[in-house]
Amino acid sequence: MRYVDEYRSEAAARAFSEKIHAITTKEWTLMEICGGQTHTIVKTGIEELLPSKITLVHGPGCPVCVTPLAIIDKAIAIASMPGVIFTSFGDMLRVPGSSKDLLSVKANGGDVRIVYSPLDAVMIAKQNPEKKVVFFAVGFETTAPANAMAVAQAEKMNVTNFSILSSHVLVPPAMEALLSSGVSKVQGFLAAGHVCTIMGYEEYFPIAEKYNIPIVVTGFEPVDILQGIYMAVKQLEEGRHEVENQYSRSVSRAGNVPAQTVINKIFSVVDRTWRGIGEIPMSGLGLREEYRKYDAETIFDVGNISVKESPLCISGEIMQGLKRPHECTAFGKECNPEHPIGAPMVSSEGACAAYFHYGKLKK
Amino acid sequence: MSEKKNGTFDFSNGPACPIPIANYPAVTMAHGGGGKLTHQLIQSMIAAHFDNPALTQLHDGAILPSNGEKLAFSTDSYVINPVFFPGSNIGELSVYGTVNDLTMCGAKAKYLSTSFIIEEGLPMEELWRIVQAMKAAADRCGVQIVTGDTKVVDRGKGDKIFINTAGIGTIEADRNIDPTKADVGDKIIVSGEIAQHGIAIMSVRQGLEFETTIESDCAPLNGLVDAMFEVSKNIHVLRDPTRGGVASVLNEIAESSKCGIRIAEEKIPVAEDVRGACEILGFDPLYVANEGKLIAFVSADDAEKVLAAMHQHPLGEKASIIGEVVADHPGVVVMKTSIGSSRVVDMLSGEQLPRIC
Repeated sequence: MRYVDEYRSEAAARAFSEKIHAITTKEWTLMEICGGQTHTIVKTGIEELLPSKITLVHGPGCPVCVTPLAIIDKAIAIASMPGVIFTSFGDMLRVPGSSKDLLSVKANGGDVRIVYSPLDAVMIAKQNPEKKVVFFAVGFETTAPANAMAVAQAEKMNVTNFSILSSHVLVPPAMEALLSSGVSKVQGFLAAGHVCTIMGYEEYFPIAEKYNIPIVVTGFEPVDILQGIYMAVKQLEEGRHEVENQYSRSVSRAGNVPAQTVINKIFSVVDRTWRGIGEIPMSGLGLREEYRKYDAETIFDVGNISVKESPLCISGEIMQGLKRPHECTAFGKECNPEHPIGAPMVSSEGACAAYFHYGKLKK
Repeated sequence: MSEKKNGTFDFSNGPACPIPIANYPAVTMAHGGGGKLTHQLIQSMIAAHFDNPALTQLHDGAILPSNGEKLAFSTDSYVINPVFFPGSNIGELSVYGTVNDLTMCGAKAKYLSTSFIIEEGLPMEELWRIVQAMKAAADRCGVQIVTGDTKVVDRGKGDKIFINTAGIGTIEADRNIDPTKADVGDKIIVSGEIAQHGIAIMSVRQGLEFETTIESDCAPLNGLVDAMFEVSKNIHVLRDPTRGGVASVLNEIAESSKCGIRIAEEKIPVAEDVRGACEILGFDPLYVANEGKLIAFVSADDAEKVLAAMHQHPLGEKASIIGEVVADHPGVVVMKTSIGSSRVVDMLSGEQLPRIC
């Protein structure tokens, strides 16, 4: 398959692996931001190709993992209501709420449907005018344009029975929150290539400057990631802290301006709670005032939701790179993919699930 | 992904339910995905409760003694949306599926039964096409459909049509297929390009259009297996990787044979268009359903011979040795990845769910 196989080639991977070995003289800790990158790292066994001096910690970039429990519980409450068709991306269905997940709502007769695009949810709304159709709009800057477009389309087509339950989050504020916490061990970032495809990478220059930290915009194939690691380590070894772009075949400095325009039309930046991490100021997207009629939280009254997180779960520390999944006492025991306690055990992008599925042999 | 098993059980008078109700007070779709939850449901609730020597083999069918001969007996229910899909339909699938299950026990399929659960409103013309497809499929496999049943349920209570088939076959004395008998050193052969059936179905459901239409690989494997046995008596395990895909079968065999399995990603045949669709849909082809492929564990000495015989058969032209059985890491499947590193190929928990981004 062209444009994919080149970035999965053993020869290219080995070449970058050798280059990384050749330049590494000190211990370095890098964080890949995006869950898709974590997935590739574990799925293709990239850590085996790295010098032992390099530690990869897995960042907060898994939308399934950082969506707050209160929103999941709200989703479950709305999906359980009569007359509602609740639509979502696939892997949100198994995220544990306080007492159950969306799959269980479906099993109990709720109309919960997997869609590949929020625009499909708008079409479902159009075809079912007697129902209220809700789309679970989660994710980073990557999914925001399509979700914004769905709201714009609903308005344009005068579809009034469509709404979104929004829990959008933004990457740069989360990076700043990690770095300013004072406990972070991260010395270099692999920034999330797809987020930057939309947003560009202008926003990262002040962060690299302020915290003296290299940031390399990196893709998702194994060779992309090895090259991103090489570029970050090279900067660290040379004492530089710059923003570089490994994923130039997809990312430009300014990003996708039409996509940014539709995001800004529909959403504004708001404070947001991240599951496991807490509230980060100005780190999310919420519907603008004039689009509140598409806001499921405004439309549906779900009463007071009291949230109960498991005391065993250390997902917050994992998503901040303070601990790795197998350092959790519940990992693979009380918490496993059949019975996830924390969200990172659910999604294939979640660090815990990725470790569980692919890393069994080397705990 | 292509099939879901429905069923209700009444526990009100029986022993305590072995699946923690606290976790799953109701059956979810994940229990029908062919992964760990399906296994948990079957092993801890159903098989353990019906416990008997024939059942505990956990073959694709039961092996039963009969007057010095051995019989194989198998059943499967077919629920698929849409009922007509590129490359095949539920009628063909219901015949080939059960014939294949019997074939994977080393049996020659002889007789089938069939039961239809039909939703009110199914166009008669569609039912007729399904019945005709079943007859043609049975003729192709050399089996007869000798008994059956028909029920009609209210509109909205079924997905057009559900079909159950059961089948009986005879096992020739020199065929000793046993899922616990994979030996260290055995080569693992897959009979062709994987993941076609599941992706064909997903593409239709999602309305995805590619340059070519991806068709289901739905086909009877009895002829291919006959060709394999003609050249070797050292075929130890046969399995058709349907629901749960190749990864689930390899995990099942590693566990039941108490051995390790090593495979190489680059050796696993996947058609270009199916790979592309998997990339778009966010699926790993190793976990996607097949309906006309088999996995064989063959002694190392005979592997090339069997492979050559498969290459001569239309359903085995793209057969490939994907790995081998090892003494290390019993119960675990390890794959050499495309970049020359390695990782564990685990069994999925439930259905493979498409990822967000």
